[in-house]
Amino acid sequence: MNGLKKLLGIVWMLLGPVIIAFLFMQAIDKIAASAEGVARTNTTLQWFIIILIFIPICAGLVIFGYYAWKGEYEHLPESSSDL
Amino acid sequence: MKPDLRLIELNVSFLTIPKPMHSTDKNVTQSITQVIAASSLGTLIEWYDFYIFGSLAVIIGQQLFPSDAGASALINTLAIFAAGFIVRPFGALVFGRLGDLIGRKYTFLLTLVLMGGSTFLIGLIPSYSSIGYAAPILVLILRLVQGLALGGEYGGAATYVAEHAPVGRRGFFTSWIQTTATLGLFLSLGVIVLTKNIIGADKFADWGWRIPFLLSILLVGVSVYIRMKMHESPVFSKLKAEGKISSNPLKESFQKKANFKMVLLALFGATMGQGVIWYTGQFYAQSFLENTCKLDFNESRYILLWAILFATPFFVVFGTWSDKVGRKWIMLAGMLLGVVFYRPIYQYFIDATNVKEFEKTELKSATSPIVERGLVKDTKDSIITTTSFKTLQSGMTFKESNVIIIPDDVLAPMPEPQTIIKDVTLPRSTYITIIMLVFFQVLLVTMVYGPIAAFLVELFPTQIRYTSMSLPYHIGNGVFGGLVPFIATLVASFSGSTPLSGLWYPIGIAALSFVIGAVYIDNKGDKNVMD
Repeated sequence: MNGLKKLLGIVWMLLGPVIIAFLFMQAIDKIAASAEGVARTNTTLQWFIIILIFIPICAGLVIFGYYAWKGEYEHLPESSSDL
Repeated sequence: MKPDLRLIELNVSFLTIPKPMHSTDKNVTQSITQVIAASSLGTLIEWYDFYIFGSLAVIIGQQLFPSDAGASALINTLAIFAAGFIVRPFGALVFGRLGDLIGRKYTFLLTLVLMGGSTFLIGLIPSYSSIGYAAPILVLILRLVQGLALGGEYGGAATYVAEHAPVGRRGFFTSWIQTTATLGLFLSLGVIVLTKNIIGADKFADWGWRIPFLLSILLVGVSVYIRMKMHESPVFSKLKAEGKISSNPLKESFQKKANFKMVLLALFGATMGQGVIWYTGQFYAQSFLENTCKLDFNESRYILLWAILFATPFFVVFGTWSDKVGRKWIMLAGMLLGVVFYRPIYQYFIDATNVKEFEKTELKSATSPIVERGLVKDTKDSIITTTSFKTLQSGMTFKESNVIIIPDDVLAPMPEPQTIIKDVTLPRSTYITIIMLVFFQVLLVTMVYGPIAAFLVELFPTQIRYTSMSLPYHIGNGVFGGLVPFIATLVASFSGSTPLSGLWYPIGIAALSFVIGAVYIDNKGDKNVMD
């Protein structure tokens, strides 16, 4: 199980940037496809908000993956005093 | 650090509670019952305040945005609704820190007042036709205050109850707090439906939608009065008396690796998946039935009301069960079932309400068409709307409008006529089946949500518990969960997508959370929350 935890850690580290890249590509695609005027403004704003929110979360996923890869989750604290 | 003698004096009677307790001790059980009742009432009201906005998204969109904005008004309203969720993690940081510094009681008194005040003020905002874009800007500001307040509330209430609960029954006692979010939604839907039925649909759309917001001030007044009489958490008081409270909860929570890694695990392995299951089952389901399946306003809400009514006791069932078998697999099973069954369930919703298809073979009667002629707003194009009410052999009824636009410029191409279906009411058997399917989704909510307060409380030490558990909870629920209606509606509106495309968001997130939770989370929690 500990090997799997470490291996998946690499997956989480890769998944963070992949999600961000996917969101950027979607944003560019959808903003280009939206009509001029109010529709374009709304679409740009919506995607700006989505990307702004998910960048730190994806960064968190990368850190989580790094900790997993380094074996930080091999043994979880038994009590609060271990923290 | 010097102990606060006043606080020790105030809480002297409660300092006896943290000792190992047995549920047979009547006095202890009674005091915990009072703690749960007082905490739950305030939390329930906060959820009520928060959810009336989402439940009235369509009407608020019509009131606060230009009348010709159409679908973008709904998406913008959902965006404002989502903004309230997005700031919840910031509320968790601000008020979580306060709660770990000055105590649980005063912090969640403050959040309650902020929430009630902002909800009341939303009910007073003039419409777009009166003050223009100031209307959506004002509601956005108040919505952000609501989100901040809620971000501080839940962690405090869950921590407060857990720190009073006896060992081995923490899942049971905190599960009562877990019912409040669903009951708050139930209350908001009930007040909306009741108000609409009393004053009529037209008046409700015009000004009656404000009543549920204004009513909040009374509910909050009662709750503040009750909470004022509560004592501080005994565990926190003891810690404060010993001078052991954290001087910088934010730093300890997020800069100390041993704790931060648990914050990340709580987020990605539990609250992220729990959040999307919660908001798919209790929000997206109703939004989908109303906006995609075109169900009648009341019908879609009654379905959710029945489902919630039947499912709510299961919060306590799964919370209690988690005390015996552990929290992990109950929560993860709820996520997995969502991943597997969401698409078949929503496909059934579409198939069962496909009146355009049924009409071809099952039309029983139709009223004489009512023809309305007018001009398209801000143009000289003519618009002809032909409306009739139809009944199918199964008993299903709906309103069908055919819209034809005739351009003023005779050389301009003629737009395709549009058929708009609205106000679908279901035959009894379909109605009951849909209630059962929504009930199943809410049951999944009770599986993931019932044990999670105890799970989170047990992950973190008392000094930084409020801060540490609040952040992953509110990112999971506020950001991942709260964005379900908005992102799913947005995805489904893309060209080439189907009405089911929006479901890929909650399915993907729940699947990811299931894998992380299954691999990394331990099934045994820290039974000691007194340290």
